[in-house]
Amino acid sequence: MTAQVEVRPETGPEARPVSRQRRRRRPAWVPYLPYLIPGAVAFVVVIGYPFVTNVYISLFSWRGGMSPLQWVGLGNYAELMQDTAFWTSFTNSVAMIAAMVVAPTLIGLVLAAVLFDYLGRRFGGRVAAVLRATYYLPQILPVAVAGVLWNWILNSQTGALNVILRGLGVDSPPNWLGDTSTALPTVAAVLVWVQIGYPVVIFMSALQRVDPELYEAAELDGAGWWRRFRAITLPQIRPETFVVTLTCTVAALKVFGPIYVLTRGGPESSTLVPSYYSYLNFFDKSKVGYGAAVATVLTLVIIVVAVVILGLQNRAQRREEEGR
Amino acid sequence: MSTLTAPASTTAPSAPKKVRASRQDERHRRGVARWFVLSAAVVVALVILAPFVIMVLNALKSPQEYSQDGPLSLPSHLYLDGVVNFWERTEFPVKLWNSFFISGVVAVLGTLLSLLNAYAIGVGRIKGRLWIVTLFLLANMLPQEALIYPLFDMAQKVGLSNSPWSVIIIFTVIQSAFGTYLLASVLGTFPPALLEAAALDGAGRWRILWRVVFPIVRPTLGVLMIFFFIWTWNEFFIPLVMLTTGDTQTVPIALASLQGDRMMDAPTTNAGALISLLPALVFFLIFQRTLTRGVTAGSVK
Repeated sequence: MTAQVEVRPETGPEARPVSRQRRRRRPAWVPYLPYLIPGAVAFVVVIGYPFVTNVYISLFSWRGGMSPLQWVGLGNYAELMQDTAFWTSFTNSVAMIAAMVVAPTLIGLVLAAVLFDYLGRRFGGRVAAVLRATYYLPQILPVAVAGVLWNWILNSQTGALNVILRGLGVDSPPNWLGDTSTALPTVAAVLVWVQIGYPVVIFMSALQRVDPELYEAAELDGAGWWRRFRAITLPQIRPETFVVTLTCTVAALKVFGPIYVLTRGGPESSTLVPSYYSYLNFFDKSKVGYGAAVATVLTLVIIVVAVVILGLQNRAQRREEEGR
Repeated sequence: MSTLTAPASTTAPSAPKKVRASRQDERHRRGVARWFVLSAAVVVALVILAPFVIMVLNALKSPQEYSQDGPLSLPSHLYLDGVVNFWERTEFPVKLWNSFFISGVVAVLGTLLSLLNAYAIGVGRIKGRLWIVTLFLLANMLPQEALIYPLFDMAQKVGLSNSPWSVIIIFTVIQSAFGTYLLASVLGTFPPALLEAAALDGAGRWRILWRVVFPIVRPTLGVLMIFFFIWTWNEFFIPLVMLTTGDTQTVPIALASLQGDRMMDAPTTNAGALISLLPALVFFLIFQRTLTRGVTAGSVK
């Protein structure tokens, strides 16, 4: 990277008008620094400073506002390790990843391939486009709206689902969001519904890149749909699969809105997630230092997971290049 | 995920040689199979649409009719009390304006900030740009909970508590972190010949930015603006914390805060959801083509 920077000025817009002597003293990129100043200042004020302050707060016991800060060092973190609610919240994150990453990616892969390679070719692009737009619909509505709608549909007494079920003769339909045994799977199902359109759209646009001759050649060779899916579709859209996995995993670890509107973490913490737990400590329990510690741990987990996924991506890319 | 991609990567290079005519393929060619696959895809679409249909049906149905005929019946007459009720209780025009104002300003400012950053990184090729881009990318991944309390504190200290401007400033920066990442890679491939020609004509960096770079990347900037608008419109956590009174709240917060209210009967809830998603839907329909292109742009690294 540095090599590029050194070579570049020769061809840069500055190269000719500036004398050779001045160029040596001042590399061509320096005059561009002012353009970065607004962004850098804004970044430090809105992200850098608050983030560092949050880590700092996590070392104190603090009730917020004007109350005094009391130094506890890593005390909050030690307390976290003993806190069952904290561990529950991260266990539930695994369920969130299943619902927002694994299921949508797998289903999305099949749907995208079926729409593109099968239905698109047998019924025309219009049919595929309409189906794709339908799958994408839940993605455009605000999470709060989706949550409020589903909250009502799933209400045990007056909700649409249970009214329908009772009409069908089910005597005591489950209290979907109100029972500790059904709340988490129900939330997960809603999240699958919300997420499904995203991988479908990304994968379908990725498939447009694939050379149609590949499919035709494979078909002539007698490869069935499943064979083509595994041998052509999957390897060709691997970069997009990584992007979807990365962005959705980060989103799943950060999920807050759906939990807030669907269950508020209940019943009995059965749907508690780290972001909501930290919010609870900040603004409900007035345990600001503790909430800051939860948020800091969550940040670390997200960064580690992101780095792991990016590392896997790089390795897969390298292996592919070697294989060629 | 890995279970799915791993076997594919090992079979990929050799697969075309090994495949032989399978009976499965013959079946796909026959007319019946394709209708079967189509109906399966349509069933998935119907499952996804069902909540929307139920919402529309019950937004316009009286509570009496709901308890009598259930959620699936067509309303016998148009019942608009739910809509009116929600509209008046939330003072909906105020929320709508708040959402529009915040999202619109963020879309413009965030795009502008992204362009300035990306100009320095992509065209100016500032030293250490890889680190800068990584930093922006990390910022985009941060959970907002790790920023919220200090931001809340800061807003109070500078007199921006419960002000739309606090939310605007925060989202301008958060959105531009993503915008910078995307635009920097776009501008990194900007044709140097164009820049050189402009420099030879005596144009300064500022002029080059607005007269050469800006017109060429305008379509990308348009996609970014739409994205920023919709993302900000749909944001929940930061507006929930920062905007504490009814006159400053956005549409999603207004809807969520009515939840659990005893006055929220079925039609009011559904009408609220319906009205709240209409702006997003209208926006989506207008910019659908640009958007699908934009989703693609975001995925290409």
